[in-house]
Amino acid sequence: MMDEMDMEEGGVVKKFMFVNRKAPHGTIYALEGLEVVLISAAFDQDVSLAFCDDGVYELKKGQDTKGIGVKNFSPTYRALEGYDIEKLYVEKESLEARGLTEDDLLVDVQVLSSAELGALMDEQDVVISF
Amino acid sequence: MLHIINKSPFENSTLDSCLRIAKSGGAVLLIEDAVFAATKGSAAESKIKQAMAGMKVYALQPDLAARGVADRVIDGVTLVDYAGFVDLVAENPKLQSWL
Amino acid sequence: MKFGIMVSEGPYTHQASDSAYNFAKAALEKGHEIYRVFFYHDGVNNGTAFTTPPQDDRNIVNRWSELAQQHNLDLVVCVAAAQRRGIVDADEQKRHGKSGNNLAPGFRISGLGQLVEAGIQCDRLVTFGD
Repeated sequence: MMDEMDMEEGGVVKKFMFVNRKAPHGTIYALEGLEVVLISAAFDQDVSLAFCDDGVYELKKGQDTKGIGVKNFSPTYRALEGYDIEKLYVEKESLEARGLTEDDLLVDVQVLSSAELGALMDEQDVVISF
Repeated sequence: MLHIINKSPFENSTLDSCLRIAKSGGAVLLIEDAVFAATKGSAAESKIKQAMAGMKVYALQPDLAARGVADRVIDGVTLVDYAGFVDLVAENPKLQSWL
Repeated sequence: MKFGIMVSEGPYTHQASDSAYNFAKAALEKGHEIYRVFFYHDGVNNGTAFTTPPQDDRNIVNRWSELAQQHNLDLVVCVAAAQRRGIVDADEQKRHGKSGNNLAPGFRISGLGQLVEAGIQCDRLVTFGD
């Protein structure tokens, strides 16, 4: 079904950052964004994920979607390590504004200030936000 | 870095997030409903004026005109058409659409 | 310069597809190359041939098809997003035993890898969405 392996480029490594700014479940952006992240692993690029604004809710521990009848894809964030996607950044201001701390998140992340995240974005070759 | 924003500042915090996070020295392009942020006398005016201290601010003229607000653009905001939008993307090696 | 474009919303409800089209046209007029237009999320709905807007309105789908024909554009609809939303070409129709197909001329259905590959190949990737 997927043809990404055919498309793999020898030698070209770009810095890709996927910026997640939307909460899960209310809209499909978080889920379909995660699908792009998983596919990107096949291209041997320098991939990082940023979570800010309501995107930090994607990583909230204890999501239980049985009552709304949709798939709980949050465990997939824990599987990213297996795809060699290990650079996960969360904006501190977004966490604090939502009364969350790093302990509320289901995966290990690096918490950055707004300025630190902005500087990191500036270093990317390709920024895609969902 | 070019930051493209398309949301009204009155119903959505995208502009705030961009201005909080974006590294200064870059450019902000307001398109679609985000052009309301570029209008004089609006509650967003002070934010845009503050942003202009560290960033260059652009607004898409056809989107301003479509919404009837092309005649009240904040001084210092540069208007571009689609060709100018293309030039901005070409001039800035990095860009991000704040969706 | 080589541009890639991602369209993340369907036609008519959001301005995203109109903005992307106007941007693409202006870029082509300036002599830039559009390497690929990738339709994701509800953006896959830009590829349905069944669209029938009122006479006095623009036909967003036909407009993309015509631009593709004039400039030999690569319009790619994400297969996973398309399957969710019922955008089907003749192959997919056969494979899934559907009663018809609706992919508009000039569009093709392919994997998400095409988006990542566009990010690698293009000088710029511009996203239009909500």
